[in-house]
Amino acid sequence: MLVEPLNHNRVDARKWLILSGLVLFLTGMLFGITGSLQYILPGLLKTYLSFEKTRPLHVTSVVFWILFTATGSVLIYLREYTGRKVIADWVSRLQLGLFVLAVLLILSSYVLGIFGGREYWEFPPVLAILLAAGWILFIVQVTGSIKTLKHQPVYIWMWLTGAFGFLFTFSESYLWTLPYFGKDIVRDMTVQWKSYGSLVGSWNMLVYGVGIYLMEKISQDKSYACSPMAFTLFFLGLFNLMFNWSHHIYTLPVNPNIRHIGYLVSMTELFILGRLIYKWKDSMTAARKNKHSLPYRFLMIADAWIFINLFLAILISVPAINVYTHGTHITVAHVMGTTIGINTMLLLAVSFDLLSDTCQSLEPYRPRILRATWLVNASLLIFLTSLFLAGVQRARWQMSIETIPFGQMMKNLMPYFIAFAISGGLMFVAFSIIVYPLLRNTLACLVRSRERPVGEGLEPVIYKSNDYADQNFPI
Amino acid sequence: MSFSVYTMFIYTQPVVVASQTSADPVMGKMIWQERNCSACHQLYGLGGFLGPDLTNVYSATGKGPLYIKVFVRSGTTVMPSFDLSDKELEHLAAFLAHVDASGKADPKTFKRNVSGTIEPQ
Repeated sequence: MLVEPLNHNRVDARKWLILSGLVLFLTGMLFGITGSLQYILPGLLKTYLSFEKTRPLHVTSVVFWILFTATGSVLIYLREYTGRKVIADWVSRLQLGLFVLAVLLILSSYVLGIFGGREYWEFPPVLAILLAAGWILFIVQVTGSIKTLKHQPVYIWMWLTGAFGFLFTFSESYLWTLPYFGKDIVRDMTVQWKSYGSLVGSWNMLVYGVGIYLMEKISQDKSYACSPMAFTLFFLGLFNLMFNWSHHIYTLPVNPNIRHIGYLVSMTELFILGRLIYKWKDSMTAARKNKHSLPYRFLMIADAWIFINLFLAILISVPAINVYTHGTHITVAHVMGTTIGINTMLLLAVSFDLLSDTCQSLEPYRPRILRATWLVNASLLIFLTSLFLAGVQRARWQMSIETIPFGQMMKNLMPYFIAFAISGGLMFVAFSIIVYPLLRNTLACLVRSRERPVGEGLEPVIYKSNDYADQNFPI
Repeated sequence: MSFSVYTMFIYTQPVVVASQTSADPVMGKMIWQERNCSACHQLYGLGGFLGPDLTNVYSATGKGPLYIKVFVRSGTTVMPSFDLSDKELEHLAAFLAHVDASGKADPKTFKRNVSGTIEPQ
């Protein structure tokens, strides 16, 4: 098979996946802000872009930000790891094409008010075929790049698990199209949330896997990814992926054993929480050592949010607590916290590793990026706190015997919604400042590749200034 | 192996038999999905947060099938009006009747134990 040196200047299909992901990320936030304004200005855009459109536009854009960027970075890191190109480029180009076509059709269908699916996959089911086909191509590339499973580091196992797990759970989430599953609401919702819980666990495997790979790349310490502890945590994660989803449906009239299994399994996450606390000092020492590295900074931010969100996740997995928080904005705080605080931070770390400093220096942007990361974290804290407090108020309303009408309860939550919308807007500004240099650098690479004859693009990078870039990993 | 066994256990749980009416709850469910009602409304606490949970709206005091049909047709300040035919409204109401018959979504109906578990009362 052709052995071709990796070229960080070239914007190939894998980088386009990440680039498209970044565009979807900004798009998703814009729809999110629109949705939050519809909470505080009832009736806003009701005729043309009412909430049943803005919500799926927001959620789908953000979900595709994760899927595009996670698959793109896994494919690039696999080439870095193996040091060779195994699968022809047209496969990743076709995957990109199918993903882009899927997302364009899906977002257009939402704008036109054409639905037919269910929460989180609201688009007409036929469009799922495009995403599934693209995903199968992703699996072909992942499995084709890994020749053996012997002595592989943990991130390889995580990527394989995430790739196959997603396809299985995505297919499972469409079982409702069969009458046996679709005709009964309780069976349908049980299978729906079983599949969704595991599906999120599957893409988390991809995202956390690239996080571990990047950490190894920065620290040049290859011991962790092959250690017994790494594999213990991986199997614990896999165990939770398969069995820890029923906290979504504790209040459904299901067999009590489903609740008990979910509750017991979720408590194994206490081990991960305990380890995070135990290793906190080491993390801080490493953070001080690598504070100049932007990717590392985002990894550390994710680490802090993992701690907060894991603590909340464990709490709401206790059925007696979940019965208060279920159906309230506390659940939204948890989902937003993990999506923004963990997944987004990890994927931004990866994006900075792969899309910055290759054709244009990042240095002029560094001070404003650092200020923007502070703004992101401060805004995210206000954002999650306002959701949490709104959730507490709603929980009190749900559990009180003398209830006021729903509309009055929502009016009472208005101060929290205003704080939520403002902090969401600030987050959009801060993330735009962070993402802008990456888009600009990629544009510079595209311009450069057009200006030079074919073949000259394989020269070494000029601006790659990250301190780990010239060590061991082929550039 | 254990995952496969557990998956089959989930897939084969007994179900509530839908009430026999002229309207079709399955058709109603499709209308629910095609109008993306779950963007704003919840069933069993799952769905959106802009509108109320509709699990038991069919049997709630002062509500019921007529209430459902009027709201869907006329809309509110926040909710757009939906141009559904009489038959489609019947299907949608039949779906909400099926959901209502499946159980209670009110969290107050659960007994909370010291062990952290819950039981429907």
